[in-house]
Parts: sequence; C-alpha cells; structure tokens
Amino acid sequence: MATVEDVLESVNRSQASKYKTIEVQKDVEPQLDLGNLLTVDQNPLELKKFRADKEAYLKSQARDNTQLLFNAIWKLPTERVEEAICVKLPETTTVLPREKPIPKVKPPTRWEQYAQLKGIQKRKKGRMVWDEEIKEWRPRWGYKRANDETKDWVIEVPGNADPNEDQFEKRMKAKKERVAKNELQRLRNIARATRSKVPGVGLTPTEKPSKEEVGLALHLAKKSTASLGKFTEKLPKEKEAKHVGKKRKFEPAIGDFKKEKEQQLNIIDVMENKKPKLDITKAVNRVISQQEQEPSDERRKRGVKVKNRRGPPRKKGSGGFGKKGKAGKGKGAKGMGGKGKGKMGKGKGKSR
Amino acid sequence: MATVMQRIVKPKTQAAKRGLEVRAPKLEENDKVAMFIKGGHTSETITQVLKELYLLKKPNAITFKRKNIMRPFDDQSSIEFFSQKNDSSLFLFGSHSKKRPNNLVLGRLYDHHVLDMVELGVTHFRSMQDFPTEKIAMGTKPCLVFEGEAFEQDHKHRRLKNMLIDFFRGVKANNVRLQGLEHVLQFTALDGKVMVRSYKVLLKKSGSRTPRVELSEIGPALDLEVRRTRLASDDLYKKACKKPKKGKPKKVKNVKTDVFGAKMGRVHMERQDFSKLQTRKMKGLKRQAPSDKENAKKAKTESSEPSAQET
Repeated sequence: MATVEDVLESVNRSQASKYKTIEVQKDVEPQLDLGNLLTVDQNPLELKKFRADKEAYLKSQARDNTQLLFNAIWKLPTERVEEAICVKLPETTTVLPREKPIPKVKPPTRWEQYAQLKGIQKRKKGRMVWDEEIKEWRPRWGYKRANDETKDWVIEVPGNADPNEDQFEKRMKAKKERVAKNELQRLRNIARATRSKVPGVGLTPTEKPSKEEVGLALHLAKKSTASLGKFTEKLPKEKEAKHVGKKRKFEPAIGDFKKEKEQQLNIIDVMENKKPKLDITKAVNRVISQQEQEPSDERRKRGVKVKNRRGPPRKKGSGGFGKKGKAGKGKGAKGMGGKGKGKMGKGKGKSR
Repeated sequence: MATVMQRIVKPKTQAAKRGLEVRAPKLEENDKVAMFIKGGHTSETITQVLKELYLLKKPNAITFKRKNIMRPFDDQSSIEFFSQKNDSSLFLFGSHSKKRPNNLVLGRLYDHHVLDMVELGVTHFRSMQDFPTEKIAMGTKPCLVFEGEAFEQDHKHRRLKNMLIDFFRGVKANNVRLQGLEHVLQFTALDGKVMVRSYKVLLKKSGSRTPRVELSEIGPALDLEVRRTRLASDDLYKKACKKPKKGKPKKVKNVKTDVFGAKMGRVHMERQDFSKLQTRKMKGLKRQAPSDKENAKKAKTESSEPSAQET
C-alpha cells in the first residue's frame, strides 16, 4: 500500500511542479461575497512595493485576490445548462440600499372583505365563451365578444313600455351607468386604502324617488348656487328640509359663568394630562432625514413658482407678486454670488 | 400589479400599464440603471472616462448625449428629475473646471431622492485603447476586488466602497457560467487615492480542478482622489437598506430527498380500470364487449336516420 501512495504523491508533485500553484498566502483571510463575486481584502498594503512598481504590485494583488475568489467559486455545486458548466451562486451578503421603498400590501377592497367574511371563493372563468347565435367560441369581453347585446339590430319592445322610448338608447345608458358605478366604487376603494376622505355617492337617479329623496334633491338644488343658497327664494309655505346639514350651535356670549369656568379648566386638564411622549433621538433623526429630502423638493417647487411669476409682474408693472419673486430669486443668487466672488478673487490673485 | 391599479387615473393602454408595472416598486427589485451625464464643460479625459465606464456598465446604463449644466452638490433637483424620467437610481456626472479639474460625481438615489454622492477627481487616466489586448464581452458580470485598510476604517471610504459595489456589480445572477467569469475590477485605496484597474481573466491549467488565474490589464485605469461628499444620514440609510420580509417558501408536497441524496416523489394514482387493460392480442380472444356492440348498433342507426330525413 505504501508503494501506491508514494507513486501517487510523486505524480502529484511532478504535476504540481509543471503548473503554477493556485494557493495564496494571506495573513487575514479576505471576506468573500460570492453572490456579488466580491472580495474584500483587509490586509495592509505594502507602500514600499507599491511605490517601486505601482502597476505590477496592483496586478499581483488583483491576481491573488481573484485566485482566492475563484478557488471559492469552483467549490460551489455546478450544473450543466445547455453545454455550459454553470455555478449556482449563493445569496448576497453585502447590504446595499434599495432603489425604491418596499411596496405596501394592497388593502382589500370592500368586495374582497365581504367575500372573505362570507367565504366566497374566486372562480377562474375561461377567456373564451361559446356564442350560441354565431356558433363560435368568442372572447368573454372586449372586441368581438360573445353574446354582445349592443350589436342587436332589433329589440322587442316590452309590453308595458312606452312605445316611443328608444330601447337601444336605454340599453346604452344602462351600460354607461354600470360602468360609472364600477368606476366610483374603484375610486372609493382607493380612497379608503389611502385613508383620504371617501366621496359620498350623492343622489343617484332613481325611477321612483321617495319623499325623502325628493326633499334631499330639493335641498341640494337650492344650495347649489355660487352663494351656497343664501339668496335662493323660499316658496310660500315651504318647510325646512329635515335631517340635512348640521347647524352649529354657540353658547351665549354672556350667561353661565360656572359652565364657562368649567370648560376652561377642562382644557387645562387635558393639556396637562395628555403630554405626548417625546423620543428625542427619534425626533431628531426624523427631522434630519426630512431635511435631507426637503431642500430638493422645495427647490423644484420654487423653480416652478418663479417661472409662473414671471408673467404677472410684467403686466402689472410692480406689485406684491413681483416683489416676492425677486426676494425668492435674490436668495438663490446670494448663495451663488458668494461662490462666484470667491472664484473671481482667486482668479485675480493668480493673474497678478 | 396592485400598485398600478391603485392609481386614480388608470393607464389608457396596455403598453402604458406594462410600462408602469416595470417601474413600480417591487419586492425583488430590477437591476439598477445608471445615468452618465456630461456637465456644462468637460475635458477630453472626462468625456473619455464617461464613455468607457458607460461601456463597462452598458446593458443597465443610459448615456446623455447633450451637455447638462448643473451642480449636483448645490442643487439635486435636476438629477432627481432625470432619475424619475429614466427610472434609474445611479448616476455618474462628469465636469471640468479650474477649481475642480476632471471632476466625477458618483451618486445613487433612493425613491428618486439623492442618497449618497461622492466627488472624485481623476488624477490619472489610461484609456482602453492604450491597452492593445483582447477585450471582454459586453455585459459581463465583473468580479470585484477591494483592497486597502481605508475601505474598512474610514466612514467615507466605506460608503464609497458600498457605492462602487452597487454601481459595478452588474446584472443580478443566480447561475453563472464558469467560463464567463472573465472580468475583474480592482479598487485599491492607498496613499490617499482610490485606484481603479480592470483586467481580463485568463484561466490556466493548475493540475487540479480549480484553474490558475492570470490577469491581463484591459483598461480603463483610473486614479481617483476623493473630494466633496454628501452621504446619507444613518437613519435614512438604514431606511433605504430595509429588507422586505420574505414570505414562507411554498411547501413542496410529496417530494423528499433520502439519505443518499436521491430525490423521491410520491405519486397518487387513480384506481386502474382493469377492463380497459390491453393484454396480449390473440385472434381467439378477439371479441367485442357487449356494451360496445350496442353502441356500435346505435351509431349505425343514428347515422342512417339523418340521411333519411334529408331525402
């Protein structure tokens, strides 16, 4: 057995002497991030060698570090992809900042909430539908869709319908209304998701409005003037609309001193009790990061405003606007001017 | 994509929708795109540097053809505007002035706001053309090598190192072809300078599976000095580095790996119908099943009926 080992060793030795070694000696093992094909060598560099022959020294350093990286890469599991030997790289370890913030999870829509509550599952519908009239598979919606009722060339007038009513128009109108309703619901879902004010539905057109609906419609119509209905004339014997709009109530200017005192004391109590906790480090950090992002935003906005302001002063001659604009500009110019002056000063000094 | 449909104004065309989806923030982000911007006045060196670094970065890079008079350190608004328009989050701005000759500004953005900026002066430059060697294929993912204590000790240099990795790391890749590892970018911080060198890798036999690495310089070679910096505060930087929580990986059912590393799968079968089993064909066994016979009869009568109607 010993002889076999000897032979193997000698073969190894002879092979090793034929080729240059792949081993690299380093005092501190360089950090490798194989996911990024990255080597970070913390070993101190030799300034003497560097100054003697810069390029050669850099190249030898690069070679050694690359060799170390390649030694590690070649140890990774390989696989064959289309005649090429590939290596599967591990996850990266270097922490790099993102490009954009992490997307927030989309909050569920009203329907999704309801469906979850009721346990309604989504069903996958096929894209193509059989059209009984044309005897053909057609898309469920869109161009050349199946069972397209808007393409009917004749519609039977229902028995109880007004014969002069245009049934085609009625159909189109109904469709448009459905689309509008869907759009409104979509917007309300977005408003709810972004926590902004949800727009009310207002008055929806109904065929037979109830008494309350008529009252509301009247109230709204009366208020829909430039002066919010202040000068709208009242009909004789007209009653105030009920349950529409709130009226603010004020305490009398002079009256119950006891109550007034109580109220004032209450305010002081609330102010004393509910002092918000102030985390100074957090607040400072927030202010710093805000300031970092703000100046550029402001500048951009200011730039736009200045552009807009250029118009009016010319027409008006001199006015409040012009002054403001100038002040804004002046600030910017001051900063720049200061630097400019410095430059000029230097220039002069050199020319002398 | 949810975020696209959360817009109040919906995209009018499918192409516009797709475009917005590409740009939308994602859990797994796109590769960062770099803008190469020429300032109001540039020297020959700076123009060449921008051109060659653009070539190195190319599939994920945009080069600006015109001059853009701006000073990133005084006013970032135009950089941020360009970032928004081009959906890119890295930039390299080159300019040349008496006060700051051969000036490069390397920067990156987070959420279309400037995160870090470092001003680098080019003190020495050798172009790719000065190295009469064979070059590498475009879009090769480079190996990055960082040397020097400054990259570990100095805060500015540490951030600069991070930026350089971000800038030059190339396309994100899970699988890498071993023969395709042919480019090395070396960054050395020494003597108050940062030296950038670029090499082509030559793989030689070593007597073992791992090859012996030899390098030949292909350029560009740059010596840079760090001038002004504008680094993000730790708070903002931390915010930008936040990693998304990864959902649980989907459970793989019915597949196991045994002790020897072999992949074992369990397959659920339906009960086999033995009546339909095809056995050995023999003349003697050839007969139709009774149900088949009936079907055949029905088919015959049906086929005969319509013809009768037609006539």
